[in-house]
Amino acid sequence: MDALDLARWQFGITTVYHYFFVPITIGLSLLVAVMQTRWLQTRDPGWLRLTKFFGKLFAINFALGLVTGIVQEFQFGMNWSDYSRFVGDIFGAPLAIEALLAFFLESTFLGLWLFGWGRIPEKLHLAAIWLVHLGTVLSAYFILTANSFMQHPVGYHINPQTGRAELTDFLAVLTNKVQLVAFPHVLAAAWMTGAAFVLAFCLWHLWRSTDRTPAADKPMYRKGAKLGAWALLVAGLAVTVTGDLQGKVMTDVQPMKMAAAEGLYEDVPEGVGAPFSIITVGTLDGREEIWAVTVPKLLSYLATGSMEGAVEGINHIQERYELTYAGSELTESEDYRPVIPVTYWSFRIMIGLGMAAMAVAAGALWVLRGRGSEHDETRMVGSRLWGWAAAVVLFMPLLANSFGWIFTEMGRQPWLVMGLMTTRTGVSPGTTGAEVLTSMTVFTLLYGALAVVEVGLTLRYGRAGAEPVAEDLSLDPADRTDDDAFVFTY
Amino acid sequence: MELTTIWFVLIAVLWIGYFVLEGFDFGVGTLLPVLGRNEGAGGATGETRRRQMLGAIGPFWDGNEVWLLTAGGATFAAFPHWYATLFSGFYLPLLLILVALICRGIGLEYRGKVDSAAWRRRMDVMIVGGSVVPAFLWGVAFTNIVRGVPIDADMEYVGGFWNLLGPAALLGGLVTLTLFLTHGAFFVALKTDGRLRHDARALALRLGLVGAVLAVVWLWVVHASTGTPLSWALAGAGALALVGGLVAGRGGREGWAFTGTFVAIALATASLFVALFPDVMPSSLDPAWSLTTENAASSQKTLGIMTVVAAVFTPLVLAYQSWSYWTFRRRISGHHIPTDVHPAAATDETVARDDGAVSTR
Ligand code: HDD
Ligand code: HEM
Ligand code: HEM
Repeated sequence: MDALDLARWQFGITTVYHYFFVPITIGLSLLVAVMQTRWLQTRDPGWLRLTKFFGKLFAINFALGLVTGIVQEFQFGMNWSDYSRFVGDIFGAPLAIEALLAFFLESTFLGLWLFGWGRIPEKLHLAAIWLVHLGTVLSAYFILTANSFMQHPVGYHINPQTGRAELTDFLAVLTNKVQLVAFPHVLAAAWMTGAAFVLAFCLWHLWRSTDRTPAADKPMYRKGAKLGAWALLVAGLAVTVTGDLQGKVMTDVQPMKMAAAEGLYEDVPEGVGAPFSIITVGTLDGREEIWAVTVPKLLSYLATGSMEGAVEGINHIQERYELTYAGSELTESEDYRPVIPVTYWSFRIMIGLGMAAMAVAAGALWVLRGRGSEHDETRMVGSRLWGWAAAVVLFMPLLANSFGWIFTEMGRQPWLVMGLMTTRTGVSPGTTGAEVLTSMTVFTLLYGALAVVEVGLTLRYGRAGAEPVAEDLSLDPADRTDDDAFVFTY
Repeated sequence: MELTTIWFVLIAVLWIGYFVLEGFDFGVGTLLPVLGRNEGAGGATGETRRRQMLGAIGPFWDGNEVWLLTAGGATFAAFPHWYATLFSGFYLPLLLILVALICRGIGLEYRGKVDSAAWRRRMDVMIVGGSVVPAFLWGVAFTNIVRGVPIDADMEYVGGFWNLLGPAALLGGLVTLTLFLTHGAFFVALKTDGRLRHDARALALRLGLVGAVLAVVWLWVVHASTGTPLSWALAGAGALALVGGLVAGRGGREGWAFTGTFVAIALATASLFVALFPDVMPSSLDPAWSLTTENAASSQKTLGIMTVVAAVFTPLVLAYQSWSYWTFRRRISGHHIPTDVHPAAATDETVARDDGAVSTR
């Protein structure tokens, strides 16, 4: 492997890893904020306990999102310096704005929230967690602005003197049509992930026998599970609607990706209606199929919004791109096709896992129906199925997110910036294969070790459950006289 | 003023902010094993003192680190070539810094999550290592940047790894390390109570003396080759501020002592940027190949937009960060450290300790 392949592997590994913690943090900060709001509204200690319980789990996951994000910030310069030189004029701005607007907000108010229990007035303390959530949302917005420019460059011109892309219209960059559909989709997918997190742990404590999770705590977990399940369903609906919109925009700006998502090689003309295969058994890239489950006309609908719309096939697009892009060092490529098996399967896994998570949430709401009489409380206990459901629902939206990104990013290949620059031309020319091999090995080993630690801690704290609250914590610090009441997290 | 000059100044401000803020938490992290020792019979335990120290930086260190992220992002936006050349060129040192920052963050966040001596020892290693390495390497990196490194006609660094570890650069590393240690020790003296406070102050005075000597030699070396009258003046003022801080520290005035190291670090960093200007990365091969505020910059359009964004949001950030420091302004003393353990953190050791407490009661 040369420096290019290694840099690509390193970028893929570190980014997918960073993105495990991102949707958890975005989603969980919202749910914790909602729980804390409910606590102040109802003064039901159950909500306070859930707030603190998921607050701890949030902090454990935030830490890894934070440290892996630092790597992301510098990786463009380290491994993709020619890319940075070419698009820095446009791409750097959202990154800088993200740090200034989002990271400062997140980190400062998270410090205030974690260390502020019992030390700052309640309302201010509640505002702190909402501001943390706002910070995560802003962060997502600006980084997606940067990513959308790579998917569909707008608001720029190529300066003939410098040979690089330069900004002409910042508003166009901020309201890129890819961005306008990707941001809501990503945000809703992150909320789904946070909701699944809450649902999973609450469901699991409901399912456990009463000598491990006290019977008195069951109503609290029931409330939490319902909140998680409803949030998952609502966010899931939003994900589906926005995903459908994304499909149309994608067909418009990256027809190759849509064709690759289905493994569609030949054009399907107007009036016929291209089918969508749910699952195919055959060659991995879908050229030959032995057995398949297909939904008629669904691909046409996803791509164009009409059951009979025309969909361009891979072969035709390849020919078209060869004519358009050959002859320039930056855009020339032998093959404009992404790796079809990856796009085909990652797209299906994303959708499938999301649907499965929504099914679990709906099922949970069904067994948790009723007002919480004693019979309702015990309905779930003892059923193996729900123990398993709790465990797997945690990972469904999380992995759906990873596969969604793998689809998006690998489906864009060989382009680094669609239509402007291929990935091959963006890599740092002066960085040697040995250097990249070193960094990739170091990051992979370190991230692997950290994963063990973080999963261990999450399970440890998840299993222990919500701790009982000390009496004095339910007092507003404004009413407190004892100035020594410190609460530490370290 | 030219927009490129404004952005050069802004990036200098971001690095100054980073060094004066994260500088003290690097110092505190490094001094953990030195100041966090048992006081002996009747005094606080080493563990209590460590938690006092960590509690003092707890709400702040992540916010301090964001100054670095913003400096990185702003460099990318305003001077893409600087960003590209610097981070691809200084690849391995930057890798070391990133690994250190990762370990440190995890150590700080996870240390209190399991109640076991072995766990805490491991996390302490990560915190200490993760603080020493960047505190040293930033000095190395900046010395190299200001003195110039081999950069070719294509703006690529061609010097390799060992080239970055010359004597002046190593001296620069020692200077940032000792200055950050002094800064951190004064921060502990300012933010804690009891014997820890006095030990921290005494240590700061000794470290500060070493730091002052090293810093004067280093500033001399750097400015002798690239200095301007203004950079000399700033460096001199920085040295005076350091001495002033030490004098205040001797008199027991911790607030002024900390202000002294704060100003000293700020002025020393400022002197480096003044010496650098109008280059951003001078080439030691041919001055014509140097990266400058002109040839490394983004377009006027991008710089203009970013100027507006910075003008609006930087004051806001400063306001809420200051407010956070104000909220947690109180000193932390040993009796503030809670003795109870979160149920999820409990281990066999917790159980054994509790049993012991019961039997002696
Ligand atoms: C919980 C996670 C999740 C779920 C259930 C879905 N998605 Fe998704 N999807 C993502 C999480 C995600 C993502 C990880 O957030 C991506 C990656 C990049 C992006 O914009 O969002 C994504 C990308 C993405 C793209 C690619 C956009 C591009 O490359 O420009 C399309 C077309 C869809 N999705 C469509 C759908 C449809 C039609 C879904 C369901 C019916 C769906 N997604 C469910
Ligand atoms: C929104 C911010 C993002 C930006 C700016 C971005 C940028 C990039 C860049 C520059 C590459 C090129 C390197 C390469 O081809 O290997 C890349 C590839 C890649 N990215 Fe992203 N990315 C973003 C988000 C993500 C996320 C969140 C994920 C996964 C969870 C992801 C997964 C990948 C993968 C798997 C590749 C490798 C594709 C390949 O090389 O075949 N990206 N991305
Ligand atoms: C490849 C491009 C990316 C870069 C350069 C990047 C950079 C960073 C950095 C530096 C941090 C640490 C902030 C701190 O100190 O608090 C961070 C955390 C975060 N990032 Fe990323 N990131 C990338 C991809 C993404 C994507 C695609 C999203 C969301 C759609 C995202 C959302 C977040 C969020 C919400 C956090 C804070 C939560 C946490 O720390 O766990 N990032 N990122």
